[in-house]
Amino acid sequence: MTKLLQWLLGVSLVLTAWALVSFDLLELSLPPAYREMAWPMPLYLLVSFGCYSLATVGYRVATFNDCVDAAKELQVQIKEAKADLRKKGLKM
Amino acid sequence: AAAREDKYSVLLPTYNERENLPLIVWLLVKYFNESGYNYEIIIIDDGSPDGTLEVAEQLQKIYGSNKILLRPREKKLGLGTAYIHGMKHASGNFVIIMDADLSHHPKFIPEFIEKQKEGDYDLVSGTRYRGNGGVYGWDLRRKLISRGANFLSQVLLRPGASDLTGSFRLYKKHVLESLVERCVSKGYVFQMEMIVRARQLNYTVGEVPISFVDRVYGESKLGGNEIVSFVKGLLTLFATT
Repeated sequence: MTKLLQWLLGVSLVLTAWALVSFDLLELSLPPAYREMAWPMPLYLLVSFGCYSLATVGYRVATFNDCVDAAKELQVQIKEAKADLRKKGLKM
Repeated sequence: AAAREDKYSVLLPTYNERENLPLIVWLLVKYFNESGYNYEIIIIDDGSPDGTLEVAEQLQKIYGSNKILLRPREKKLGLGTAYIHGMKHASGNFVIIMDADLSHHPKFIPEFIEKQKEGDYDLVSGTRYRGNGGVYGWDLRRKLISRGANFLSQVLLRPGASDLTGSFRLYKKHVLESLVERCVSKGYVFQMEMIVRARQLNYTVGEVPISFVDRVYGESKLGGNEIVSFVKGLLTLFATT
């Protein structure tokens, strides 16, 4: 099953459960509290996911390692390499 | 296979890398000699107009034609075909792919090799996003795009690897061969597709944090076109794998 199909399946299941509870489709006569809670759920989930995404990406950008030492080391090694290669006969 | 029989073929696709090629080769030779692993470097030059091939020939004279192999091509063709072309005459049982512009540092190769042996991984991926992996030379905009794109890819593809667009990896040769044949995407998405298909085929993926030193970014900004084609490619993978 492709990821797209997995998503569609998952979303369908969630929406079906939501509709069953919110609109009392099976006529289970659930207490009003359940229906009131279930009704805005899809919107809550979307907003929560949105907030989670922003927070996660924000955190990851803020903690993205800056490899300053790696850059310095590379500069040093480039000099070393050029000198050694010249000795070995490379014409640059 | 016993450790002594392992040989690592490094594939270096090049285009206009006249300046960097000698340096990356020097670093590769240094770290392979220090670690004692058996290796060869295969340079796949796509008809570079700046004379990269001529520099490669000089390097071959210096280091020997059993260590430096040249597999040039007439013009700039895709990365996937470069790998296929390079692997045709590779005598290693492992293949390392990396960039030739010094953004990937050969010092991590012994770490890749050790990681691979640790879990007999089918492929080991260098990651900029975990552990003490990271980048140098990226501004806030670039970091934001990178993390944002990676987050989107993780949500949509759930690939089990932290760095999907990275191109510094170690593969078992037969694994790379089977994956390259199946992958149809271009650019960044190609490397993503490789990992996604690897997971599909139940190959095991190990990770090693790496530092990515970007000296090119100033010249080639990540523009709207590339972002659009990335999203298109991602959605295609999402719908087809």
